[in-house]
Amino acid sequence: MSSSGIFTRSLRALTAAAVIGAAAIPGIASAGDTLDAIKERGVIKVGVGTTPGFFSPDSDGKWQGFFIDYGRALSIAVFGEDGKVEFTNSSPQQRLPALQAGEFDILLSGVTVTINRAFNLGFHFGPTVFYDGQGILVRKDIGVTTAAELDGATIGVQSGTTGELNIADFFRKTGHNFTPVTIEDTSEFIAALESGRVDAITQDSSDLVGKLQQLKEPDNYILLPERLSKEPLAPAIRAGDDQWLEIVNWTVYATIQAEEWGITSANVDEFLKSEDPAIQRFLGVDPSLAEAIGFQPDWAYKIIRTVGNYGEIYERNLSPLGWKRGYNDIWTNGGLLYSPPFR
Amino acid sequence: MKLSRHTAGRGAISGQRRGISALVSWWDPRPFTQLFVIALILAALWLLGQNILAALARAGISPGFAFLGRAANFQIGEAVIPFSAGDTYLRAIGVGLINTLRVALAGCVLAALLGTALGVLGLMGNPLLTRLVRIYVEVIRNTPLLLQLFFWIALARNLPGPKQAPHLGGVWLSNRGIFVPAPVAENGWALPLALTALVFLAAFALRRFGGLRYVWTGAFVASAGILWASGISLDIPSLQGFNIRGGLSLSPEFAALLLALVVKFSAAIAEIVRAGILSVPEGQREAARAMGLSEWHIMRLVVLPQALRVIVPLTTSVFLDLAKDSSLAVAIGYPDLVSILNTTANTTGQAIEAVLIMAGSFVILNLSVAFLMNRYNARVALRGEHRR
Ligand SMILES: N[C@@H](CCC(=O)N[C@@H](CS)C(=O)NCC(=O)O)C(=O)O
Repeated sequence: MSSSGIFTRSLRALTAAAVIGAAAIPGIASAGDTLDAIKERGVIKVGVGTTPGFFSPDSDGKWQGFFIDYGRALSIAVFGEDGKVEFTNSSPQQRLPALQAGEFDILLSGVTVTINRAFNLGFHFGPTVFYDGQGILVRKDIGVTTAAELDGATIGVQSGTTGELNIADFFRKTGHNFTPVTIEDTSEFIAALESGRVDAITQDSSDLVGKLQQLKEPDNYILLPERLSKEPLAPAIRAGDDQWLEIVNWTVYATIQAEEWGITSANVDEFLKSEDPAIQRFLGVDPSLAEAIGFQPDWAYKIIRTVGNYGEIYERNLSPLGWKRGYNDIWTNGGLLYSPPFR
Repeated sequence: MKLSRHTAGRGAISGQRRGISALVSWWDPRPFTQLFVIALILAALWLLGQNILAALARAGISPGFAFLGRAANFQIGEAVIPFSAGDTYLRAIGVGLINTLRVALAGCVLAALLGTALGVLGLMGNPLLTRLVRIYVEVIRNTPLLLQLFFWIALARNLPGPKQAPHLGGVWLSNRGIFVPAPVAENGWALPLALTALVFLAAFALRRFGGLRYVWTGAFVASAGILWASGISLDIPSLQGFNIRGGLSLSPEFAALLLALVVKFSAAIAEIVRAGILSVPEGQREAARAMGLSEWHIMRLVVLPQALRVIVPLTTSVFLDLAKDSSLAVAIGYPDLVSILNTTANTTGQAIEAVLIMAGSFVILNLSVAFLMNRYNARVALRGEHRR
């Protein structure tokens, strides 16, 4: 990449955001724009991060992970088949402007729902798919075990994240001092911790746990027990396109509802024989509901058969990293996940 | 040479006349077509503006600069003027701007010094030196700046941590930065500085009019006494807690960015200086040599004044490139103007305003550099014209 390349790139991200709506860019969508554009293009453009378990390319460059599976589910909801999604990595700094400028149809990159993003930045959010909190990953050699001991520390933060703001709040609240090193590039962010340029880095704990896997010596670091914030991670889209928002909403709900009913990729075919009218409507055995909405009758059936219900998606991608369900369990198990009724 | 001298004399007048006639000839043939085109462009701009405003309104973003007065709830790692989370966006952007100016200014000065030295060294006629300079220039010019920047930051970060950092006489070299002792004033700087100035003034007078010897030594001893007595001391950096504190520090990010800019652009300047010097006809040197001037004097009095006419305008554009490329800072985490504006746009949604501020700042910066360099250029160019 040439030097003026990166200048243009960062300039472009800003200008891209600046020219939203100018000319023919999908821009601030009105209802239906996004879906029309997707159908015409034949593929959904999704912005993602790079964290093992959540989104990471495997050795063949094929994307895998928790959020990736939601991209696949969307492909099925829109096209009736898997695989019509294009995942592109985008830094926390660049992805919101890029979404606003129409480079993406949706971000499945661990974006936190905040009131500022909803009102001032012009984004809408689908249902929260992962309840997270901001963590701090410290080098063991500084001998710190709680966040309260970090007075005077140098802490790496990633620019454009909620973490950049939360950490400042945290130190203002505790009356302690810290020096941030604010880095956009994800690998530079990690390198700053590994080299000891910073004592600690702060990000969503989901991100830190994933990134810990990639460090050369994971044992040299500890994730402090405190969570500095609430980070409800949800799909993000441009404000103004209600239709696209509802497609995203109900695609996520389908995976949650299926888990509540105990419908899995393995047993979904048996459920086709269910006597429960709600399940019949859900799986399209009774096509009346889906037809009235304009969906293909078997859209939810195909999603469950292909990517599975919420629990399956979670366990396939996150359990290997040691994640417990915790808040991210369905409400009937004491978690926070709750789907409105399919009727 | 002759030709340019003639036109230079009448430059101002003929330039004006040419400007008017150009306007007339551009306007003349079909005035209404011209008006129509202008109206069309204005209409297109207006439409674009309306479109943007409508889009912003739909997104719930209200345009304007009111956000500048609101609280910026992020912290900035390096600030020359005091800043803490909760201060205004205006102040945050000011911090970013100063950081950009700081690195760009230091970069221009050091790149010019190093570049000139290299350019001159390469022409000293020592084959080994010439070769080395060539290799430096070729390697540096053909490696992307971003790559060089990553190299320098990796190097800076891999210095030992604060606890293992080598230090000598209060100078620390660590991955947290380079720390040097710095003077601090317990009771302010005004009085001690004024007193010291007085001492030196007196010393100057004594030496000049009284012809006394050793006055300078005396003056130094006296001012050291004054400084010590008025509570000025050296703040020597030391290890406290996780970090080295005290003294003056240069962050690894600043150091890496500065080094990358200086190294990269000194190569460009070395080439310009070389070309400038070679543009002075060999005969002039020979003539100067025949007059018995030393090599240093030949360079200083004959070659450089003429070479500068080639060097200065080209160097101006190198300086502008350097200032622009300082925005690579974002990649390694130096809080320059662009990086602060990115965060501002990201937290306020006022991306258009952020772009305008960025564009405005760089235009002003570039125009000032160009203005200063052109003034200088006029001086080196004119002097030659008048002498002859
Ligand atoms: N939730 C925070 C932070 C989001 C975030 O940074 N997510 C990580 C992944 S969980 C990311 O995108 N990292 C960039 C990358 O991995 O390339 C926000 O919305 O601001």
